[in-house]
Amino acid sequence: MSTSLEIVRLTVNGDPRTAGVPPHWTLLETLRYAMGLTGSKQGCDKGDCGACTVLVDGEPTLSCITPVWEAEGHRVTTVEGLAGPDGPHPVQDAFDRYGAGQCGFCTPGVLCSAAALLERTPTPSRHEVKEALAGNLCRCTGYTKILDAVVDAGRVLAERTSGSGEASNG
Amino acid sequence: MLRLPPYTYHRPRTLREAVELLAEHGREAMPIAGGTDLVPNMKHRLFTPTHLVALKGIPELGGIDLRAHDEGGWELTIGAGESLASVAGNVEVRRHLPALAKAAAHIAGPQHRNRGTIGGNLCLDTRCTYYNQSEFWREALGYCLKKDGSVCHVTRVGAKCVAAHSADTPPVLMTADARVELEGPEGRRTLPIRELFVADGIWNSQRAHNEIINRIIVRIPGPDEDLGPVRTGYAKLRQRDSIDFPLLTVAVSARFDPEGHVRRLAGVVTGLGSRPRELTRWEELATGEPLSDEVLEALGERAGQQCTPLENHIIDPEWRKAMVPVITRRALADLTAHAHAP
Repeated sequence: MSTSLEIVRLTVNGDPRTAGVPPHWTLLETLRYAMGLTGSKQGCDKGDCGACTVLVDGEPTLSCITPVWEAEGHRVTTVEGLAGPDGPHPVQDAFDRYGAGQCGFCTPGVLCSAAALLERTPTPSRHEVKEALAGNLCRCTGYTKILDAVVDAGRVLAERTSGSGEASNG
Repeated sequence: MLRLPPYTYHRPRTLREAVELLAEHGREAMPIAGGTDLVPNMKHRLFTPTHLVALKGIPELGGIDLRAHDEGGWELTIGAGESLASVAGNVEVRRHLPALAKAAAHIAGPQHRNRGTIGGNLCLDTRCTYYNQSEFWREALGYCLKKDGSVCHVTRVGAKCVAAHSADTPPVLMTADARVELEGPEGRRTLPIRELFVADGIWNSQRAHNEIINRIIVRIPGPDEDLGPVRTGYAKLRQRDSIDFPLLTVAVSARFDPEGHVRRLAGVVTGLGSRPRELTRWEELATGEPLSDEVLEALGERAGQQCTPLENHIIDPEWRKAMVPVITRRALADLTAHAHAP
């Protein structure tokens, strides 16, 4: 079996990226060790814990059990790509205000799952947040503040939307 | 850190091309759809295929379609490549087979359901405490009957692997009399899903290694003067409701007459042995009766008598046996919880 590198082309956080990787690498290994994007964490490394969660075409995906070739031709978003030109993503801001990150290891995966939820359900109920984050384990068991933060991020997003609506009406 | 063994990744564009790739590389090749079962197993060196044949890019494996059947009722066709999230959220599945939508919605965690497919769920490898472990762990124990060893640590004496069938959708599809269409080197064949699984934990399927499940077909009879619509129910026991594999899954289906008395009843339990278990001598307890508390109690008790949990799970078999009637009653209660389309 040849172990020579192969070229993989991905769209990561909006940018076209190219890397030479061993052909049996996962998406997570490619992001971390070939592209320097170490935000996505290598936790259990077998698809249980959710620390490696990234978005593939907007859907939360476990990058540690995704062969890198499965991501070719799709849009990959990591925690590094959640912030926009105007600053942190509302859910990142809420994590800061609520102290929702303890040791921080699960945080990048949680933020990706939460950002995907807020994209399709801008003002989720607490139950919807729980369902959406069911695949992200927090070993510090700091779930309460995580849930509070995501619900509040939804509230901020709703205010922003209604705020901009008023501005355009005015 | 768990590394994948080296492999070559193939991207066929058609089902035929995928089948040809599997035939060409023989036992060295495996199909990969969502990879949520196969990749962790490869990381544990339970499988070390040197060729992976990707099914995600094959359009023929997609689509959920409901059409009226010539003999009344409907026929629901689900492409094997549809994700579990897509099956769980599909309007027609939710309307006509709510237990299937529910089962799909409760498999693993959200990320698994985004990638994992219903075809993959039908092909889920059997699971056991002594098998789903790292290479290091398994070597320390001297391996097991299912992989690399000659001793079963569950039965200690048996020459037969008893790893548990742990997929959630097959029991529901069995109670619904679904059929699966398989594409292989010799062409296409259709099999009732009740015949798909065999009692061998090493390979518990009639699917040959070089066959690919193409689609699942469910005939849904419409209501008539004597029988109401098919009702389905599902309930599950697991350690963590957020992500875990089932310790026990019960699927039931029933038809009631206009008075609300049971006329048809089927139940399937899994999570115990190497194939789903069809509950027997059920109809005699319920036919002509409404699903009263007494009938539910009797059905649950009979289900419990027919199930023998083993030490293939880390959870105490006696407790799991005691939970069979409980989970069965929950599944039966689910029958009347959904509003069905006429």
